[in-house]
Amino acid sequence: MAVAALTDLAVEVAPGVHWVGALDPHLRSFDIILKTANGTSYNAYVVRGENGVAVIDTVKEGGFADDFFRRLESVARYEEITTIVLNHLEPDHSGALPELLRRAPQARVYLSTRAQMMLKALLKPSGEKPPEYTPVTTDDTVDLGGRTLRFLHTPYLHWPDTQCTYLEEDGILFTGDIFGCHFCDARLFNDRVGDFRFSFEYYYTHIMRPFREYVLDAVALIEPLDIRLIAPAHGPILRHMPRDYLRRYRELATPRLFNEARSEKTLLVFYLSAYGNTRRMAEALAAGAESIPGVRVSLYDLEGGDADIFTDLIEEADGLAFGSPTINGDAVKPIWDLLSSLTSVNIKGKLGAAFGSYGWSGEAVRLIEDRLRGLKLRVPVEGLRLKLVPDADELEQCRNLGESLARHLTGRIEHRELDLAAIA
Amino acid sequence: MPKAKVTFEDVGVSVTVPAGTRLIEVSEKVGSGIIYGCREGECCTCLTKIVSGAENLAVPSILEDQVLKDNMAPRRHRLACQAQILGGEVVVRPA
Repeated sequence: MAVAALTDLAVEVAPGVHWVGALDPHLRSFDIILKTANGTSYNAYVVRGENGVAVIDTVKEGGFADDFFRRLESVARYEEITTIVLNHLEPDHSGALPELLRRAPQARVYLSTRAQMMLKALLKPSGEKPPEYTPVTTDDTVDLGGRTLRFLHTPYLHWPDTQCTYLEEDGILFTGDIFGCHFCDARLFNDRVGDFRFSFEYYYTHIMRPFREYVLDAVALIEPLDIRLIAPAHGPILRHMPRDYLRRYRELATPRLFNEARSEKTLLVFYLSAYGNTRRMAEALAAGAESIPGVRVSLYDLEGGDADIFTDLIEEADGLAFGSPTINGDAVKPIWDLLSSLTSVNIKGKLGAAFGSYGWSGEAVRLIEDRLRGLKLRVPVEGLRLKLVPDADELEQCRNLGESLARHLTGRIEHRELDLAAIA
Repeated sequence: MPKAKVTFEDVGVSVTVPAGTRLIEVSEKVGSGIIYGCREGECCTCLTKIVSGAENLAVPSILEDQVLKDNMAPRRHRLACQAQILGGEVVVRPA
């Protein structure tokens, strides 16, 4: 990391717009799930208008807050601060907020409607009453005098509360976590820090990918704007060709199968089999599903690949069936490895099912179904457990399960009338 | 005990339930696509469209009302973890 170049002073981003963030070069693991080889930065910004000063986001608490306040004081006095914008309330951006509110109690806070409850929860430990705040949404504005902050409602990037703030007259977009990355370099700007693509893409994959529909909504809101600089909350400030990063987000978030398979539903059948019994079940299930028009079925043996490959497939699929034998009262480890690797993609609402052969107690199927429900898949058809070697009738049951899953995927289901007492 | 009927359009299932049953108590059992997060009326994950019979649901609590408002829920949407079926017929589908 280039440390020597950075002073304790704010860094000018544009006339009257300064970076007042903090660098964290020694961080190696972020939010437990992310690695970084050179740390990260917590970017906060100050915008000066004729009638007031806005602070956009803060930094993580502790020594980072000291850096933030020192830089802030180099370009503004606390009594000048009229506006605090919170684009995202995760603690790495709101850590210094309680202290900032103590130093600038006159400032009004602007945040998204979904951030209100989080603001109250964040300020709980300080025991202070929440500040004056205004919930905002797309096209709400704050006039700083000759400078206008316009808000964009961009939720779930990557929390429900997230928003972007556009400084109209300068074409600067303060984006919170989108377009950010965990990459620490005191040279601050994308045209000065060298190649950081690996970090930008890694961050997208681990933070934004599960929310790709929301990414596309946000990109659609941002694309019509005159963007001259993107100021994210982590990593380099994107002043050189900022639209390239916008384009890249659109590419990354666009579904891969959009053109080739919109007319078909995709059902993936994953299985593991010790003696070939669960494999025969998988094949019969797949054949049954394939007999229903409009469903494309693919079979995968989990012994033949690793979780990363299957994660990509699962992201684009409509339905997922998992077959596992029961060994020592549990499903086998590769199933759990895969089912614990899906946090980077959105699987909410996909159709799920389980099946498997067992020799003794057969817990695997129910355990997998519970996990699928926990992952927010819908499990409309009860799974199938078969003892040891499936016979012809049992393979027919597997076919029927496949057909039933395919009917659910294609909306060709017959109406059923049930009584709650019978299904409890 | 008075009975009510709730239909989950997405899976084509109608279920007869005792009056007072919450949608959450039924939807997972029939495999509806209504999904849950906190299950306590705070996160809005289980937002559900009430296709018909909204008048047969208990009125939202103050907390549910606030969560619906904060999340800009459209009209005729409820939280499945909170909405209680009081009688008659209700038809729902995932939001």
